[in-house]
Amino acid sequence: MSTLSRRKLIAGGIAAAAGLSGLAVADRMARRYGLIPPDSGVLFGAGETLTYAAQRLVGAHAPARQFPRSMISAKPFANEVAPLGNEFQSMQAANFSDWKLTVDGLVARPTTFSLSDLRSMPTESQISEVACEEGWSYIAEWIGTPLHGILREVGILPQARYAAYFSFQPDWWESVDMSDALHPQTILTLGMNNGNLPVGFGGPLRLRVPRQLGYKSVKYLRRITVTDSMKHFGKGLGSASPEAGYAWYGGI
Amino acid sequence: MPCYASAVPANPSDQPPVERHSAVVRITHWLTVIAFLALLVTGLEIVISHPRFYWGEVGNVNTPPAFTIPIASSRGTVPTGYGYVMPDQNGWSRYLHFEAAWLLVLVGFVYLVWGLWRRHFTRNILPARGQRSPGVLFAVLAHYLGRKAGQPSPPDSYNPVQRLAYLVVIFVLFPLIIWTGLAMSPAFTAAFPSTVILLGGRQTARTLHFFITGLLVAFLVVHVVMIALAGFWSRMRGMITGRSPEQEQP
Repeated sequence: MSTLSRRKLIAGGIAAAAGLSGLAVADRMARRYGLIPPDSGVLFGAGETLTYAAQRLVGAHAPARQFPRSMISAKPFANEVAPLGNEFQSMQAANFSDWKLTVDGLVARPTTFSLSDLRSMPTESQISEVACEEGWSYIAEWIGTPLHGILREVGILPQARYAAYFSFQPDWWESVDMSDALHPQTILTLGMNNGNLPVGFGGPLRLRVPRQLGYKSVKYLRRITVTDSMKHFGKGLGSASPEAGYAWYGGI
Repeated sequence: MPCYASAVPANPSDQPPVERHSAVVRITHWLTVIAFLALLVTGLEIVISHPRFYWGEVGNVNTPPAFTIPIASSRGTVPTGYGYVMPDQNGWSRYLHFEAAWLLVLVGFVYLVWGLWRRHFTRNILPARGQRSPGVLFAVLAHYLGRKAGQPSPPDSYNPVQRLAYLVVIFVLFPLIIWTGLAMSPAFTAAFPSTVILLGGRQTARTLHFFITGLLVAFLVVHVVMIALAGFWSRMRGMITGRSPEQEQP
């Protein structure tokens, strides 16, 4: 072995060791600062992890874009949902007076809210865009009460890391990290444009997460569970989306 | 014999042949090929879930499209008129699309830093001083179109048409495809709204992303055809081993 190649080998070895320990340090730092998404272990989880970490580093608190009233879409579009069933229809017939939202998990005071409870909370409205992963989009005004107000009301515990939230539709549930859960534009939406939130758009209650794709804005919201880990929800990938093959993080 | 002797060639014929492509160019080239093909296939999968395109900020099946691709959709909610819904592969396609985009961006970053450091762009990509007139470009094009014998460029250098094409792909089309892609990300545009505002809206970004893909595919087709005409296996060997036969056996 010549001196040159031995030197190269040693330099390469040092570089590889430095690279590996660098990766290990990066991994520990990423876990500590919450940069690893719950679906990081799926087939294409590396890309998902890079995306989520990068978005959290560049704009964890950035506000979603808002638009002038003149840009509200005249004819918004909503994908059809599976039939909601008799129970939903009878609640709809009663103007959703029996609709309840339960907030539980890592909170000091688990609470169930009625829609009128939510209506009496501070109101927030935003004119923001819904972008579907299919490629289409529309702009609407969304009116409701911010999720962070509800979470403060029930007293989230310090170890809270995710808010998991569940639709009336049994197979539709999602979760967001506290950066999105406490974001001022993440709102429990009761109204759209000039009226109540229509059923087609998620009425009576939808969680709007405007910095992520439409599938994170779960329609027919019934329950929010605050947790420190998504491991024990479903298959432990963070939400129903990765179980159906879609990324947990919808901010892209 | 001192140990450094082996590094000194005994006579000129032992000189290693001049590299056609450096190791960094070869590795980044093939990683880009892998990333681009993954992005292309998954991008088409994503497009068929809504093969309609719009200008401006918003667009959906309730708004008139700027144009549509005449194919069936993978989603039943899109009125294509075909009465057929294609298999839906959006989930893994989106996961892979963004993973491949990361590969492309990271490889592109390494290539860019290396190229600036080693003056690769000024030496090999930017048209050389004597190549910057339209006449020179037309001469090469005439050579190509006339299918004249011989090579319009020496084997260790790019001719001005190649340089111009690579320059546009590296410094115009790839930056634009990354920009228009980022302009569709709701979280990225929250942090950097100007990325989408400057383009004129989310749907414009999506439509431009599609058009730029078309230009990159056009480049890919011409690139592969030119390689086939110039000698497919010798050029492939050049991009894999760094040397081509005409240099190994002069």
